Amino acid sequence: MVSIIERQLKHAALEAQEYVHLTASTFVGFFTRPFYRHDIIEQLDLIGFGSLTVVLLAGLFTGMALASQTGLTLDQFGARPVVGRLVSASMVKELGPVLTALMLTGRIGSGIAAELGSMVVTEQISALRALGTDPIRKLVVPRVLAGIVMAPALTIVSDFIGILGGWVIARYQLQVNTSLYWASVTKGLYITDAWMGITKPFVFGFLIVTIACHVGMRTAGGTAGVGHSTTLSVVAGSVAVIAADFFVTQIFIGLFY
Amino acid sequence: MTTETALTAKQILSEPGAPAVVFDHVELAFDEKAVLRDVSFSLVKGHTKIILGASGSGKSTSLKIIVGLLKADGGVVWVNGHRVDQLTERELMDVRSDLGMIFQEGALFDSLTVRENVGYKLYEETDLPLDQIDRRVEEVLGFIGLTEHIDKMPSELSGGQRRRVAIARAISFRPSIMLYDEATTGLDPITAVTVDDEMIKLRDLERVSSIIVTHQLRDAFYVAEHMAERAPDGSVRIVPATRAKEREAEFIMLRDGVIIFEGDADALRASADPYIREFLT
Repeated sequence: MVSIIERQLKHAALEAQEYVHLTASTFVGFFTRPFYRHDIIEQLDLIGFGSLTVVLLAGLFTGMALASQTGLTLDQFGARPVVGRLVSASMVKELGPVLTALMLTGRIGSGIAAELGSMVVTEQISALRALGTDPIRKLVVPRVLAGIVMAPALTIVSDFIGILGGWVIARYQLQVNTSLYWASVTKGLYITDAWMGITKPFVFGFLIVTIACHVGMRTAGGTAGVGHSTTLSVVAGSVAVIAADFFVTQIFIGLFY
Repeated sequence: MTTETALTAKQILSEPGAPAVVFDHVELAFDEKAVLRDVSFSLVKGHTKIILGASGSGKSTSLKIIVGLLKADGGVVWVNGHRVDQLTERELMDVRSDLGMIFQEGALFDSLTVRENVGYKLYEETDLPLDQIDRRVEEVLGFIGLTEHIDKMPSELSGGQRRRVAIARAISFRPSIMLYDEATTGLDPITAVTVDDEMIKLRDLERVSSIIVTHQLRDAFYVAEHMAERAPDGSVRIVPATRAKEREAEFIMLRDGVIIFEGDADALRASADPYIREFLT
């Protein structure tokens, strides 16, 4: 029993050490040559534009459902006209960043883990090293950079489309006047909310991609190992996003509210 | 190292008969399991070392140590005058620029075309002009007879073609040492011979030193006992090797991480060791 616990602890410590090593090497790769510009552009396209549809759909339906649900609750207090305030605050501070991050974990995290995992089991990573290429600079740095840049951009898109979806429901289902809705949207937002809403996706983007790269690069056990890595990347990424959301929120509340 | 000493070392290494790779009492274990135990051998420039052994005997591990993908627990490894067991990953890049490695199954980059695979190192890691790289890629693919497949993806190639493209990728930057890890395993005999011929051509026409890891005896003896020569019309022929040429190919037999035989093809055939006898039959 003790040996099992000891083995688990050693394994956890090794994973943590390897993750820190990967992130440290990635940071070094941000600022030192060689840079693989073509790969960075390709990843910006894959992670950013490639995820646009899923993020737009998630944002739109979330905003619409939010307006619909909160409209019913607000009716009990005769506060239907302030539905925009609720939608905007919820989307910008919480739902936009978290749902976008979860969508990215499913789409990007799994894809990165599967791709890198396949490269490991087919010895393509070893071949890269043998050809004189550092796999972290070639594969990890472009993906992490793209994740950090594109997660906030996609979140802004998701926030906007969610608020727009809320307007559709407010206008045509709840019969709230358009100018009243948009005035309520802007009244419900403070600059601190915007900061919180834009800081979170930076953290999430970094976490999702570094976890996926770490899990993918540590793949072992052939094709079954690739499947395991893909699942692990989504699970670990999702949990990390939700946990990080709590901690970033606490930090902002502690600092600004 | 002073400039004078470095120069002397360079001169010694450039002489015929100088060692390209030296394995000196190398040890490696994964957890409790010893993979290599006190393994020592050297590869002379332009010669061939063929490492035989059953699966798990430490053959592929030896190649990975030479190229720096694995670090030995003990012993010394020299490659072209560099102690690779002491170098950092960044320092190893210089050593690797003179090493070509063929992995099991080829390890081609499946998102890149044949052209991009073969020219990978030149496109990504050098500042050479694109037209010069393209010419080199076409030249190398011509050497292995796959020019017509230049724009195909690896998934469109047969197993033998993939291995040959892997060889083309490894020789595109003109390394002086080639490491073949089970380059013919899983191929039919006819296709395997085409890969063997490429190894022979590289060794005899380009003077590339080779370490061949395999458990395919037929391929091992074929490479050791044949040589490439250029006919007056410029064509290349694979012919039975002269006695002197045969002696340039040495066999090593590994068993559970220990060298149990070292010698030429005739000595291997004549060995009375029961394990070797069983392996050969």
